[in-house]
Amino acid sequence: MLQETTPLRMKPAITLEGISKSFPGVKALSDVSLSLYPGSVTALIGENGAGKSTLVKILTGIYQPDGGTIRVDGIETHFPTAMAASQHGVTAIHQETVLFDELSVAENIFLGHAPRGRFGLIDWKTLNGNARDLLRRVGADIDPTIRLRDLGIANKHMVAIARALSIDAGVVIMDEPTAALSHKEIHELYELIDRLKADGKAILFISHKFDEIFRIADRYTVFRDGGMVGEGLIADVDQDHLVKMMVGRDVGQVFPKVDVAIGEPVLTVSGYRHPTEFEDINFELRRGEILGFYGLIGAGRSEFMQSLIGITRPSAGAVKLDGKVLVIRSPSEAIANGIVYVPEERGRQGAIIGLPIFQNVTLPSLHRTSRSGFLKLANEFALAREYTQRLDLRAASLDQDVGTLSGGNQQKVVIAKWLATQPKVIILDEPTKGIDIGSKAAVHAFMSELAGQGLSVIMVSSEIPEIMGMADRVIVMREGRIAGRFERSELTAEKLVRAAAGITTQVEGGAA
Amino acid sequence: MAKLLKNREILLVFAIVALVFLIALRFPGFVAPSNLARVYNDTSILIILALGQMAVILTRCIDLSMAANLALSGMVAAMINAAFPGVPIPLVILTVVALGAVLGSINGLLVWKLDIPPIVVTLGTLTIYRGTIFLLSNGAWINAHQMSDAFKALPRAQLAGFPVLSWLSVVAVIAVYLLMTRTQTGRAFFAVGGNPHAAVYTGIDVGRTRFLAYCLSGALAGLAGYLWVSRYAVAYVDIAAGFELDIIAACVIGGISIAGGIGSVGGAVLGSLFLGVIKNALPVINISPFAQLAISGTVIIIAVAVNARTEKRKGRVILKKAEAV
Repeated sequence: MLQETTPLRMKPAITLEGISKSFPGVKALSDVSLSLYPGSVTALIGENGAGKSTLVKILTGIYQPDGGTIRVDGIETHFPTAMAASQHGVTAIHQETVLFDELSVAENIFLGHAPRGRFGLIDWKTLNGNARDLLRRVGADIDPTIRLRDLGIANKHMVAIARALSIDAGVVIMDEPTAALSHKEIHELYELIDRLKADGKAILFISHKFDEIFRIADRYTVFRDGGMVGEGLIADVDQDHLVKMMVGRDVGQVFPKVDVAIGEPVLTVSGYRHPTEFEDINFELRRGEILGFYGLIGAGRSEFMQSLIGITRPSAGAVKLDGKVLVIRSPSEAIANGIVYVPEERGRQGAIIGLPIFQNVTLPSLHRTSRSGFLKLANEFALAREYTQRLDLRAASLDQDVGTLSGGNQQKVVIAKWLATQPKVIILDEPTKGIDIGSKAAVHAFMSELAGQGLSVIMVSSEIPEIMGMADRVIVMREGRIAGRFERSELTAEKLVRAAAGITTQVEGGAA
Repeated sequence: MAKLLKNREILLVFAIVALVFLIALRFPGFVAPSNLARVYNDTSILIILALGQMAVILTRCIDLSMAANLALSGMVAAMINAAFPGVPIPLVILTVVALGAVLGSINGLLVWKLDIPPIVVTLGTLTIYRGTIFLLSNGAWINAHQMSDAFKALPRAQLAGFPVLSWLSVVAVIAVYLLMTRTQTGRAFFAVGGNPHAAVYTGIDVGRTRFLAYCLSGALAGLAGYLWVSRYAVAYVDIAAGFELDIIAACVIGGISIAGGIGSVGGAVLGSLFLGVIKNALPVINISPFAQLAISGTVIIIAVAVNARTEKRKGRVILKKAEAV
């Protein structure tokens, strides 16, 4: 599977050797090597969580590797800060640009290295003139004196690229640069990349879209689970081959999936659409079923779920719960009807720090624990105790502030909170993101148990093993639409990746 | 956190006792029960206002218009009384409490429906309400002789040995305590301030909760308006000017986090009493009014510094999860 690299005649502009990086409980990168060559585009490919972003952060001096070496033009070096990386000519253009909205275009381009005039003051004339030249070089027709906030995303990318040229960067990293661009803008970006190649820049191009990888990349590197699993020339591979490398692993054994008799439909969603986020969402969820929602980040899954529970309003669509038509206008109505959503960002959207554990648990259930409008603390304690015990919460007292608990235990509090509402449908958004392997297993076991008790579960996940291990059925979303539906029996990682990336036919565009 | 909060309240009780003790060294008469009761009575209006401000601050908002609301409500109370001395006083009080609640609800609506930052909204309504007093009164004062005896007598009337003013503040404390600890609305105040994003997912309407907090603070400001005007027997444009800062200071000293979500009725009461003791004691022991201001300011900064430290410690515990990828 691992291809022999065809070495170029040229010396690499930058080389990473044996780079490793760990976070508590997670090994993000292990023994990764990568070389970028002048005048060449290298595509970095991998699933969500394969370690691509960590690598970018190491390349740009934001993270320090635990081990390994970085060589720039053959000389070993370190990037202790983001400034050091940019002084060595490494610059990154992110999906969401990290520029300053309130400064002018020229100021953004030259921030930190503006040309100085007499008395060390900024020489505005030279600054704006140089900025204009750089923008012309990247083929962007932008007035350097206007404020950045007045530009669209595509033009902001152009400014970011002009900035990269202004510091004379030899290495340009593009992290999903086309994610927010229109078709025309993408083509302009391709032309620009061709020009940067001609200028001899070494480009690292991160993308999930195979068509653009085959359009502009010369080389590829595939990451999986924090390790490099293949590299070579794009001309030597086809899409099938890349997909296999991305997902090629054994899954299934580690997941505590229990076979549950799946019952009648509980939730039916038809014709759900939103003007900008998603459309044509139709599906059925049955009793005892775990329905997986897979897709790339930004495919519209969370946006749809938030609309389903009434945080945003769809422009059209109908929901039936137990055969009864529902109109959900607010999260409280969703909860009252038995649909609950455990959000992805548990830090921001989950536990309420400052409230004790029991009050966190009972917050959405207060109408049940109160009597004639007054809260009954004894009832609250009883409810909180029942559900925290079921989840085996480790806490000295339920009166303790939830902020004093560990991340895993906070998560149990959040899940207990939702179970205490006695839902019919529970939506778990990225239920195991960012938690250690032990807690992941606990969450998965618990999910199986819930389904066994007749609860219907929607699991939004970007992790293929989790989807394959836990879901009875999978819906794949891409760019706000349903791009595929799979039964558990017919599920393969390749099918998921193809549907999510929009590869329709079996072998298409593969270079011979 | 509950434990820590209790500790902070106990700390504040000790600080107040120590302060009273120090004052007693210079001026033994200060600790006489009758004098302490007088100090409490003097602080009653601040306590009532701090309760309202506390509810607003808990939801991550602020109400700068409370003192202006008080002045406008007080002026309306005085004008009603001057024009129609026959209107029973309880009806006057109900009217201005309702008026205060309406003025508060304007703040609440602007914050809720137009999503304007609370500090900007209440800074704007502060000047609007003060301006309205001028429009109503043409800048004229309503003096003691224009008010009926019953209007002026109520706060001073003795009930079981204490003035009605003191009793009203006790009632307000109990009512707000019950609201905060025994109702869903009170719980929602904490949830909205503690984590507004999470509160949304929990089915709490964040905007509506903030609106209710502003209505509460407005109603209490309306009540305080009557009490202020009848107690000092005068109403004019500038009464209680600058008092909004004392109210916020009382909350901050009482451990109510400006960042929202943390605080208690006990804290608001103790913070008010602490300020009340300082304000009453410093003239007694011959400290100049300017030094008083400096001392009040120093106390506020120390209180904020202490609170900031405890909140920071809390932050470290939360951020345990590793950033994966």
